[in-house]
Amino acid sequence: MMRHLISAADLTRDDAVLILDTAEEMARVADRPIKKLPALRGRTVCNLFFEDSTRTRISFEAAEKRLSADVINFAAKGSSVSKGESLKDTAQTLEAMGVDAVVIRHSASGAPYRLANSGWIDAPVINAGDGTHQHPTQALLDAFTMRRRLIGPDAGIGQGLDGRRVTIVGDILHSRVARSNVDLLHTLGAEVTLVAPPTLLPVGVDSWPCEVSYDLDATLPKTDAVMMLRVQRERMNAAFFPTEREYTRRYGLDAERLAKAPGHAIVMHPGPMVRGMEITAEVADSERCTVVEQVANGVHTRMAVLYLLLGGNEPAVSHSRTEENK
Amino acid sequence: MSKILIRGAKVLGGEPQDVLIDGEVIEAVGTGLSAEGAEVVEADGKILLPGLVDLHTHLREPGREDSETVLTGTRAAASGGYTSVFAMANTFPVADTAGVVEQVYRLGQEHGYCDVQPIGAVTVGLEGSKLAELGAMHESAAGVTVFSDDGKCVHDAVIMRRALEYVKAFGGVVAQHAQEPRLTEGAEMNEGTVSAELGLGGWPAVAEESIIARDVLLAEHVGSRVHICHLSTAGSVEIIRWAKSRGIDVTAEVTPHHLLLTDEMVRTYNPVYKVNPPLRTEKDVMALREALADGTIDIVATDHAPHPQEDKDCEWAAAAMGMVGLETALSVVQQTMVETGLLDWAGVADRMSVKPARIGQATGHGRPVSAGEPANLLLLDADYRGAVDPAGFASRSRNTPYQGRELPGRVTHTWLRGKATLADGKLA
Repeated sequence: MMRHLISAADLTRDDAVLILDTAEEMARVADRPIKKLPALRGRTVCNLFFEDSTRTRISFEAAEKRLSADVINFAAKGSSVSKGESLKDTAQTLEAMGVDAVVIRHSASGAPYRLANSGWIDAPVINAGDGTHQHPTQALLDAFTMRRRLIGPDAGIGQGLDGRRVTIVGDILHSRVARSNVDLLHTLGAEVTLVAPPTLLPVGVDSWPCEVSYDLDATLPKTDAVMMLRVQRERMNAAFFPTEREYTRRYGLDAERLAKAPGHAIVMHPGPMVRGMEITAEVADSERCTVVEQVANGVHTRMAVLYLLLGGNEPAVSHSRTEENK
Repeated sequence: MSKILIRGAKVLGGEPQDVLIDGEVIEAVGTGLSAEGAEVVEADGKILLPGLVDLHTHLREPGREDSETVLTGTRAAASGGYTSVFAMANTFPVADTAGVVEQVYRLGQEHGYCDVQPIGAVTVGLEGSKLAELGAMHESAAGVTVFSDDGKCVHDAVIMRRALEYVKAFGGVVAQHAQEPRLTEGAEMNEGTVSAELGLGGWPAVAEESIIARDVLLAEHVGSRVHICHLSTAGSVEIIRWAKSRGIDVTAEVTPHHLLLTDEMVRTYNPVYKVNPPLRTEKDVMALREALADGTIDIVATDHAPHPQEDKDCEWAAAAMGMVGLETALSVVQQTMVETGLLDWAGVADRMSVKPARIGQATGHGRPVSAGEPANLLLLDADYRGAVDPAGFASRSRNTPYQGRELPGRVTHTWLRGKATLADGKLA
């Protein structure tokens, strides 16, 4: 049984479906008057955040507390990169304090992998986002949201996303969300199309299990879910695209453009949204936009991951790539 | 005892012969030579080669003695069969004055494990903007002939042109670290399918190739000589091949690790594989091997880059770039070039001793194994097989990508001007 969750690519279809099914169970807990399970009572989980992310940290913290875990929040402001050794030292300090699992967020791609595989610590490691590499729990919550909206909470149990068409739009190059989603959605049987200007697609993207397009308007009619990614305004200054307005004209989602998609198609965004640039307020606030649901589902999904990795009797996920490479 | 008889050695991989050393020179090469008055070394069919010459070594002294010193680095060199190393200029302070190069040169002479020939910086502080005192370094006791800002590219085309022109006055050569700086901002590994998957900043092949293309054209225009450090891409090979066919005076080197390892290794996120230029693809590796075999790439140079453990035992992004190489270079070349049939031992001697000595003007090294020549030699047990154990390295640093990997061949003896610096696998 896998001990860490480092990459969405490490999950088999059975693992992923089990996590989504377990998340449905966890979602029911949220409807109870007392939203708490005793599953991780007496276990200590550390949220080790080398990079600011209030949203993800609070989501993990809520998930941990609903499972009755003791929570330590460690916000290493700034990056360990400039100090070199501090990730190893910090990890060993936590290990010495008896931490049972580490949720890590880091600006350096591969930092969670190193933490899990360098012999620095024994505790399970959950990747809460590393550099431009992976953010597997984000992909799981996105898949969970899609399954609920496109199939239904009960009808979806035991199901993947076979044949569903997902379009991911925006800064693919710098997006760990896009990488994680391509891996997981492919595993679950969905057809993914990435849409971005060529400057915001990585060299080598043609080897990914997805389609690539530069044309959002041509892609939308064949879409069940369109996922808008945040585009940082700074990218404009680095010449990834000429102007904000030109980006919005070609890749922004407004009501008129969304009308090209089928009526059932949902709009997703990992947040935080830059209204007016990649998405208009009209679309963001519409019934079709799932941003708020995604936040709620993030807690359910992370509860499922923590439960299966730390407390569950069922095998959560099989051997990961990280294990095989040992 | 000043006489040494090496009995039954395959000189350059040929039929077993005896080699008699008297003092600092080879007295005779032949069969059935008399052992009278000589210490006898039974070669038992081991390979005898001229002592290796590394045109690209980082000795770290002055400034980073925690990773390597001239003493530990030259002991590592002797262990690997080297009798001459060229020490790169990116020390602290930078080797951009006569004073620093003379210090490094003298330390090499004092320790006596290997001749140390300092490389001078092209620009002051490797900053790329103002030429260092190239003439003064050449005229110093160190007699610098090779100049490089290695670690950084001389990216300003005008500065590069001036450097190429200026060193003509004393027959120097500029060794370029070809890396277009803007195209490699934030670069952490080869740009391609693996970097796309791992989310690591890409170092595109074109950043190397565009500088090489520019520099061979500059060398042609000003009628000068340029040397390209650590070629790593198939495209670079094509440019060098074209330049040579055009008669441009360019030489090029490849590192052992670029002949063996690919960017697939980076999937482990183990910083031991982090190196500049980065590990490339299988296609690049094969192109580099062929180019070394056909002479397009002139030499093998180690880019021996020692780093202390704390600079590698960390996350990928935080890690220093580079790997040690002096003690494993010949083994890697044996595996990738000899055992694949691409080069014979004479070819290895040519690429690792004769040509690098010629490019760097290391007179006395890279000479034929014949009577009257300096006794700079190594003996290699090519049949040896064993896993690399960095704990046994003479280098102060252990950042080798080959830990636990089986590599063929082991240098058992090294002689520097007739004096054994390595005997029976042990340093003198």
